[in-house]
Amino acid sequence: MSMETPSPATGAAAAPASDDSRQSQPAPHSRQSQPARHPRRSEPWALEELPPLALRVREHIVRLATAGGCFIGASLSCADLLVYLYTRVLRLSPETLADPGRDYLFLSKGHDVPALYGTLAELGYIERERLGRHLQTDDSIYWHPNRAVPGVEFHSGSLGHLLSVGIGVALDIRLRGGANRVWVILGDGELDEGSVWEACLVASALRLDNLTAIVDRNEFQANVRTEELVPLEPIPAKFEAFGWSCRTADGHDFADLEAALGPLRTAPYAPGRPSVVVARTVRGKGLPSIEARADRWFANFTAEEIEGLLAELHGGPSRGITSEGLVVR
Amino acid sequence: MSGLTQAAPAAPEPLDGRATRAGAPEPGAPGTLAAEAAPGGWAGTGGPAPRTYEAALQALAAVRPELVVMTAENRAAIRNLPAVLGPRFIDVGICEQTMIGAAAGLALRGRTPVAHALATFLVMRAFEFIRTDVGIANLPVTLVGAVPGFLSDGNGPTHQALEDVALMRGIPHMQVVCPADEEELIAALPAILDSRAPCYVRHNALPAAVVHTAPFAIGRAELVAPGAEGGVTLLTYGFLLREVAAARQVLEDHGVPVAVLNMRSLQPVDEAAVVAAARSSRLLVTVEDHFQTGGLYSIVAEVMVRHGVLCRLRSISLGARWFKPALLPAVLAHEGFTGPAIAGKVLAELGERALLDQTLVDIPGGRPRPAGWR
Repeated sequence: MSMETPSPATGAAAAPASDDSRQSQPAPHSRQSQPARHPRRSEPWALEELPPLALRVREHIVRLATAGGCFIGASLSCADLLVYLYTRVLRLSPETLADPGRDYLFLSKGHDVPALYGTLAELGYIERERLGRHLQTDDSIYWHPNRAVPGVEFHSGSLGHLLSVGIGVALDIRLRGGANRVWVILGDGELDEGSVWEACLVASALRLDNLTAIVDRNEFQANVRTEELVPLEPIPAKFEAFGWSCRTADGHDFADLEAALGPLRTAPYAPGRPSVVVARTVRGKGLPSIEARADRWFANFTAEEIEGLLAELHGGPSRGITSEGLVVR
Repeated sequence: MSGLTQAAPAAPEPLDGRATRAGAPEPGAPGTLAAEAAPGGWAGTGGPAPRTYEAALQALAAVRPELVVMTAENRAAIRNLPAVLGPRFIDVGICEQTMIGAAAGLALRGRTPVAHALATFLVMRAFEFIRTDVGIANLPVTLVGAVPGFLSDGNGPTHQALEDVALMRGIPHMQVVCPADEEELIAALPAILDSRAPCYVRHNALPAAVVHTAPFAIGRAELVAPGAEGGVTLLTYGFLLREVAAARQVLEDHGVPVAVLNMRSLQPVDEAAVVAAARSSRLLVTVEDHFQTGGLYSIVAEVMVRHGVLCRLRSISLGARWFKPALLPAVLAHEGFTGPAIAGKVLAELGERALLDQTLVDIPGGRPRPAGWR
């Protein structure tokens, strides 16, 4: 019998029309000297190209930490992971966002979306200028991911959701015999949520070996060290006990990420088991003055402080942050 | 990047040898027995109307490859489907949150999941997943809550879904369908799937409550019995329609003209039917196995206020308390939801009203009482 085949919905909803006639907020992004669109590339990214790319992503993150601010520390810890995945792992490009055979990346912790925005802007999924409309009502660039931004597969912000959404996508891919794979980035604080472990049980029970989780292990939840509040270690042993295959990596070392995540492009660590990589990261990575204040997770800096932080990204002196802009949310 | 060249994904596994779907039924197409004569058979399945919910799911799954059936280890109503649906039957175990998240993920890929769990755990344990993953994204996920309201019998308050309608209708995009019996549940399924929107269904596989005359359509009430100008309109949903129909008989025997509205679609609700009832009746009574807050009583009140039409409105509900756990007939008797008990409450309400009318009768211009009114 012939069966109609449903077409998977494209991940991205129609983006709001960008109204160029309307000068958007003079955000720090308008001061960028780089061309608006990154040249689309077809050749693969070499590992040695990734540090400068990650630096540009971090610049975006810093620029988003003003005029309302953002969750800067977690974004900086996740930046290298996203840069690595989008350049070296995901079967995905701005041209294939609606392709049912694409890989899916879900950003479950959500509040680190500035790192995703920066990555998407650098890789041509969205215009760089669009980041200048952060928190503007004429766009949808806000503190958590949403599908109005091309490249964002699903909204998040409520912790503990997207591993289960990823399970659904992975299930459908398997039902169709697809070779594409599903990647879910979890925060370590997010592992407090019982729904994460419920989903771990189910993914294992369903033998979803096309699913990979990556834990951004920056050792902090909102305001305190994870181990001081609800200790999570040993994380790898926990995942193993739930039927997952686990490896660890330095989340800021691209060669190490390649060693851990590279093999997962096409196959799981073990047939029939979902895979997880615990990526050791540093909250605020790249900015010593932010790293030193890892107990604060949301920042809203003055324009002057942003300039200082940008200089710090490029090796300038660490100024030490005393701003009231380091707010607790 | 070989995966990216695949234009269309491989078709899901065939179910069995059933006839190919003749064509998608039109939204809101009749799903009742009347549709049997249609060229495509019942709901385009090529066959007659199924007799059970399970058979309906099976028949629909055979012609809708996008349909998957999920459960959080609640198989009572779908016990035979694993063997029929194979990998399109997904049991996640007692993990309601994961089921809903996964249903959203499946829907993102074009599936139309029909997810089952006990009503309380489905809508409350997984509420934020429903609201956030299904609701915000407006995904075509059908949520089927088992043993809602009084149907939880002797389970006790942990299992008594008496706020499910209030919770679900508070979610934007969410449809709420409460069939009166299994026939209506079956008739509702194609309409729900065709809606391509999230829907909460109060599962109810009891025998026919009444002889249904109006084809099921989302957003449409069924006028089960016409009343008379100035009479009473009873509004209800779910299996209580049977008791309300019995109550109508008692009231008619007392000379009280009674209309009965089967409010099977609570969201969207048939506002025109409510407004017409409010305009033509002297008393509206909502009957529901639900807390008073947020259910049909609230819905009717909202509709009347929104349309600027006011009518005396009384609620027969659980108020703000759980019910005494027992087998269903005993629950109905104890809680006063049998046909005669409902009729008694209406008569009591009318008694007060009649006294008031007695004083008005002597006032020039006072509203005349209809013939036969006691």
